[in-house]
Amino acid sequence: MKKTAIVLSFLFALIIPSFIFSQGIPDNAKVTGNVQIDAQYYTEDTKLGITDSTLNYRKFGMNSFANLLYTAGNFTAGMRMEAFLNPMLGFDQRYEGVGIPYWFAGYKTGTFQLTAGHFYEQFGSGLILRSWENWMLGYDNSIYGLNAKFSPVSGITLKGLVGVQRYFWQPYEEGNRGIVKGFDGEFDLNQIFPALTDASTRISLGGSFVSKYEKVPTLSYVIDSAYLIDSINWNQQSTYEMNLPYNVGSWAARANLSNGGFNFYAEYAEKANDPNATNNYIFRKGSALYSSLSYSTKGLGIFLSTKWIDNMSYKSKLTESGNPPMLDINYLPAISKEHTYSLASLYPYATQPNGEFGFQGQIDYKLPKETLIGGKYGTLLTVNYSLAKSIEKDTLPDSPITGSLAGTQGYETSFLSVGDLTYYRDLSVLADRKINNKWKLLLGYYNQRYNKNVIEDNIYNEDHIVKTNIAVLDLTYKITRKNSLRMELQGLWSKEDKGDWGALLVEYNVSPKWFFSLQDEYNYGNPAQEMQIHYFNMAFGYTQNTTRFSVRYGRQREGLVCIGGVCRYVPASTGLTLTITSSF
Amino acid sequence: MKNILVLLFLTGSTTFLMSQNETKTLFKLPEVTIQSIDGKSFNTKNIENEGKPVILTFWATWCKPCLREHDAISEYYAEWAEETGVKVYAISIDDARSSRRVMPTVNGKGWEFEVLLDPNGEFKRLMNVNIPPHVFVLNEKREVVWQHIGYLDGDEMKYIEVVEKVLAGENIN
Repeated sequence: MKKTAIVLSFLFALIIPSFIFSQGIPDNAKVTGNVQIDAQYYTEDTKLGITDSTLNYRKFGMNSFANLLYTAGNFTAGMRMEAFLNPMLGFDQRYEGVGIPYWFAGYKTGTFQLTAGHFYEQFGSGLILRSWENWMLGYDNSIYGLNAKFSPVSGITLKGLVGVQRYFWQPYEEGNRGIVKGFDGEFDLNQIFPALTDASTRISLGGSFVSKYEKVPTLSYVIDSAYLIDSINWNQQSTYEMNLPYNVGSWAARANLSNGGFNFYAEYAEKANDPNATNNYIFRKGSALYSSLSYSTKGLGIFLSTKWIDNMSYKSKLTESGNPPMLDINYLPAISKEHTYSLASLYPYATQPNGEFGFQGQIDYKLPKETLIGGKYGTLLTVNYSLAKSIEKDTLPDSPITGSLAGTQGYETSFLSVGDLTYYRDLSVLADRKINNKWKLLLGYYNQRYNKNVIEDNIYNEDHIVKTNIAVLDLTYKITRKNSLRMELQGLWSKEDKGDWGALLVEYNVSPKWFFSLQDEYNYGNPAQEMQIHYFNMAFGYTQNTTRFSVRYGRQREGLVCIGGVCRYVPASTGLTLTITSSF
Repeated sequence: MKNILVLLFLTGSTTFLMSQNETKTLFKLPEVTIQSIDGKSFNTKNIENEGKPVILTFWATWCKPCLREHDAISEYYAEWAEETGVKVYAISIDDARSSRRVMPTVNGKGWEFEVLLDPNGEFKRLMNVNIPPHVFVLNEKREVVWQHIGYLDGDEMKYIEVVEKVLAGENIN
């Protein structure tokens, strides 16, 4: 059987190119791709308590991938090879190995497109379905199956998919994860109805349905009951088997309206009862609302958005939980802003899928040039405010006396209710100004509250709030057209957690090829004196068009790498890091 | 699994070898449906500049070098457009978390180039972009002729130099 397959694939490999060439489209046939190698060599560091044995004798870590993409006319095929030998610190050890976790072949005609193999897809803003990957995060929930897109008339896009999701290197078998199916439709009213073609208001509507089938395991739950009979307290423990749903459906509806500088988007989603490890096996339905409103014109941008989610963790295996998040079917983005300066993102927010209210507002305003406060070139002001809070959760009247809520409805809440617990709050003000042809200056101030218990440990109280004040000064000096010097000075002040930090970065750039940098992050205010450590780094890089090579040596602080509200914990380390990335 | 690898490699390498001497362009711009800045469907076949070169940059609101790059391009954009007719398309790879904030950010900053949204990275994957910023220069036929990763202050001068070479029909490298 295996031999036949090998012979067949050889035949195919020989036939396909000649078939393509006989079609007369060799000009279109192309192979492109990219490669990245991240390698780290770790050394012992007594200050950080790192020894060969705490490293498990894995002194070398390497994560790498290579993508190959083949296109010929309407046909596309691609694959990604990955190697984690061993996975670098901070990446799950279950990634260890080498193989091809991603490959696909796709074909499209004018209105129809089919992809077979692995694919990434998103319905609306992803509240009920999003498969995506992020290399830095070590996140990949690609779907392996079939994905079709069909556009019967201009303005209507229909999508359908079925498949199973990636789980490290483990191949799919019945029972080790569920099957995901979904449909989505998007309707652009201005394109569909000729009467609306020239309307100044642009409207599009969309809707989706997703279902998960899983061969559920047998799980039981315990209910404690107390009785008072003949002046004696009797406690009774009853064990029940959970009636877990084999199929869990979800749906979402969305609308997008725009008129001139205004843009409004809203999406509402609901999920059927889905007892799982994240929600502690309660039988509640889930729901979510995401909306945003923006107005902008040249020199001014205003953005407001809100989010309300209740019990929306949706995975293709109900017992899966923890980090890294795997088998996620949907995507619940954090509503806070992703900051670009290292100390401002020392305490990043991660979405709480069991319930959260979020708000974000931002104003971008450019003070006009040639004015007193705007200066010769104008000054850009950016103010952002983000807030994440709990939602109200009331105890059920028939809650069990003791023990967990597993097997029950869990709690009661009303739609759009806001609870008392603050999970995260962030106010930032940035001013960015070009002073003259040589100097550029950016000043930033941030005030953050980070609920460490909730965000890192799932303990729902306000007993460990980290309050921080952060200031940033970023200065660029252009020596010549191609040579520039950049300096970042940052300070973080806090009475909680690890206390005060200072950071300095000096970077020398020779465009378009070289950079050299020195960086020090100093935790001078750490309450533990032995942890008042300098995290010193030096780096250089060389870029030759699409190949970039960089080397860094130094100490890396522990921290969270967060992208889109999904976070990865990276432990402290010392050593040499080499990165090579190339596209062709 | 191994068979598929063999298949792809052989298919790829055969074609690759056969196409080596045909053209100096790297590849044709792939066609895929992404979004316009206000969230409407937009097909990348509509990225065009009436027979003039295009600079395509992949960026994100959370990418600091990208913002510096765009501020620099913005400074020279009017001048470049007048001299060479070049058009800049900035493709934001912000996902649902921040893609709705792209339009107010772009307008607030006063960038005047075209901005498109690629919230789930479909265009990004077809263009083999690893990390933003990643810049491509397209010729009159919408074929990629040059690409560059990362941004260092002053790199924008290299971009316009490439555009000028494309217009003059010179060899870029």
